[in-house]
Amino acid sequence: MSDTSKTVKKDAVAAVEDASSAAVPVVDPRLLVREEGFKGYLTEFKRKVRGGELGALPVVIGLIIIWSIFQTQSSEFLSAGNLSNIGFFLAATGMLAIGLNFVLLLGEIDLSVGSVSGLASAIFAIFVTNHGMNPWLALILTVLTGIVIGALHGWFFAKIGVPAFIVTLAGLLGWNGLMLQLLGDSGSLSIPDEGPLHILGQRSFFMDQDIAGAYLLAGLGTAAMLAGSLIDQRRRRAAGVPFRPTSEIALRVGALAVVSFVAAYVLNQAFGVPNALVIFLAALVIVDFVLRRTSYGRKVFAVGGGIEAARRAGINVALVRISVFAISGAFAAIGGLFFAAQTYTATLGAGTGDVLMLAIAAAVIGGTSLFGGRGSVWSALLGMLVIQSIRTGLDLLNMNTALQYMITAGVLLAAVIIDSVSRRSQKAAGRG
Amino acid sequence: MVHVSATPVLALRGVSKRFGAVQALTDVDLEVHAGEVVALVGDNGAGKSTLVKTIAGVHPIDEGVIEWEGEAVSINKPHDAQGFGIATVYQDLALCDNLDVVANLYLGSEIKRAGVIDEVAMEARSRELLSTLSIRIPSVRIPIASLSGGQRQVVAIARALIGDPKLVILDEPTAALGVEQTAQVLDLVERLRQRGLAVILISHNMVDVKAVADKVAVLRLGRNNGVFDVKSTSQEEIISAITGATDNAVTRRQARRTEDAK
Ligand SMILES: Nc1ncnc2c1ncn2[C@@H]1O[C@H](COP(=O)(O)OP(=O)(O)OP(=O)(O)O)[C@@H](O)[C@H]1O
Ligand SMILES: [Mg+2]
Repeated sequence: MSDTSKTVKKDAVAAVEDASSAAVPVVDPRLLVREEGFKGYLTEFKRKVRGGELGALPVVIGLIIIWSIFQTQSSEFLSAGNLSNIGFFLAATGMLAIGLNFVLLLGEIDLSVGSVSGLASAIFAIFVTNHGMNPWLALILTVLTGIVIGALHGWFFAKIGVPAFIVTLAGLLGWNGLMLQLLGDSGSLSIPDEGPLHILGQRSFFMDQDIAGAYLLAGLGTAAMLAGSLIDQRRRRAAGVPFRPTSEIALRVGALAVVSFVAAYVLNQAFGVPNALVIFLAALVIVDFVLRRTSYGRKVFAVGGGIEAARRAGINVALVRISVFAISGAFAAIGGLFFAAQTYTATLGAGTGDVLMLAIAAAVIGGTSLFGGRGSVWSALLGMLVIQSIRTGLDLLNMNTALQYMITAGVLLAAVIIDSVSRRSQKAAGRG
Repeated sequence: MVHVSATPVLALRGVSKRFGAVQALTDVDLEVHAGEVVALVGDNGAGKSTLVKTIAGVHPIDEGVIEWEGEAVSINKPHDAQGFGIATVYQDLALCDNLDVVANLYLGSEIKRAGVIDEVAMEARSRELLSTLSIRIPSVRIPIASLSGGQRQVVAIARALIGDPKLVILDEPTAALGVEQTAQVLDLVERLRQRGLAVILISHNMVDVKAVADKVAVLRLGRNNGVFDVKSTSQEEIISAITGATDNAVTRRQARRTEDAK
């Protein structure tokens, strides 16, 4: 495919080239040329912030504020044990947020992810505990169930034309009902601490708590980013298109190295990196790659940015929509298994309460726009760091659920306000 | 005259299209040959854009036959039309505001390397293509939302040239363009013809039409109102076909002006 398209493109471009062989590539004199090196990076950064492209900045600042506040209230907050807890518990809701991220990129919403996650934990428990099924087979069947459920939502939305909000609202109630029905006579079901559920649980760490494990992960991440950036820079330079200056690459990789090695050090003070967190991070890397570097990801962004334009570009809009909801369903089911692994039980309350709100909040706080077409899956990590920090912090201070709900709601509202405002100032800066 | 093949690349026979209570197209015929530029003209609301969208698969036809290279085909979605090699620049441009220029140019036909989008190759080619259309765009990596109307227009035109079209349809491509860019687009149309592509050009500008078109097909109130050979037809004849009468607003205005001049 790629080979033929390449030669074809040459022809079309050649047609234009001789159409205007006299034309000289001109640079717009009004264009603000970016200065070389670190200073240029800084001015560019300032310009972006003023233009409303806040990126991860509000979250990082918010996180620092939140951590400072809790640390002054309880000296235990920044202890290795507590930070390790945050890292473990953010993974479950984080998986839901990854799936939601796809839906939000379309400018839609999936209200069913909480209920689907609860249903998934119940199904898994019934397979394994009641029927003695191999847990890995049960895992596959559970995730397939999530995919089918999501695809069903997507089908009603894309083919029948029911608003996604309504379809998934029905799902929110209906799938929770099904879970209660399934668990009905037994109440909650305990699941043996083995197989996939052991790996996702609190007693499972990367490379069996070996200190080297955490540093290996940090080193791998940093090395991958460095290699990727350098290869990209070389290819771009060879092709004669703008490339990142080496100083900027050094800065970015340096920042990642500091963050990841500090995190590794802190986690090593406790027990190492929980495997649940490792799997969550791996999922983020894979999904980020799919969204940014494959034509499927490009289609998701295109549909989120303009349905008519996407349709006229030959994109099967209905298929993209159905697949996105299926992905959301899959991640909801996986998230359900993460939840089940926290207590090794499928409970009647699984996936209810504030689970859905927290997943939505995480994606939005992390910077994925509710208006579609804008965002990155890393928002699931950033947002979950904020949310899980608040939750764990409030738990440490023995705040009751009522207060927790109100504070989380306040943070979500703040995030949505930032989203709306930055969208407005982006419009003003011509980047709507 | 450029050599014109015997079977038309695209032929419409008795095409009709309704939108609810509006009969937008009635029994329309149209033929385009390879190496030929057909101008499609008509007043506002005559049905030109609708005709283009039926060919491009945006609005499937209600009645009639579309023949592609002599064979009856059905075009029900944009993908079908693209498969035949029909590239369309729409009047309402339809670009994705959130994607950057490169992503829009290659949307639906990304260059890939081992299954992964090859951003570097796409960016290099985009820069080449745009600079030859002599358009100034701050960067090919900024979202479409931040471009001016004319810049978007050029991006949309450039988009039609990605891939290997056999028929290029341009719906008022120069409407938003400056003097130089208009000349570039007209040059481009002539080059496409020389390369043996078929071109359908919609324009309200008779000077442009006379400059590049071989044939002029007139639509009036959703029906054919004559096909003229550009060389042997005067501008007045075409205008009277567009307005539907020899006595029309344009001739009356001209008569008034000659009177005033006396
Ligand atoms: N999607 C639609 N739904 C309903 N009616 C439509 C639609 N598109 C076009 N029409 C109607 O069809 C008729 C032809 O419109 P069309 O856009 O084809 O005109 P046009 O010849 O391109 O005009 P212009 O020169 O102004 O671009 C108009 O009466 C218009 O109202
Ligand atoms: Mg029109």
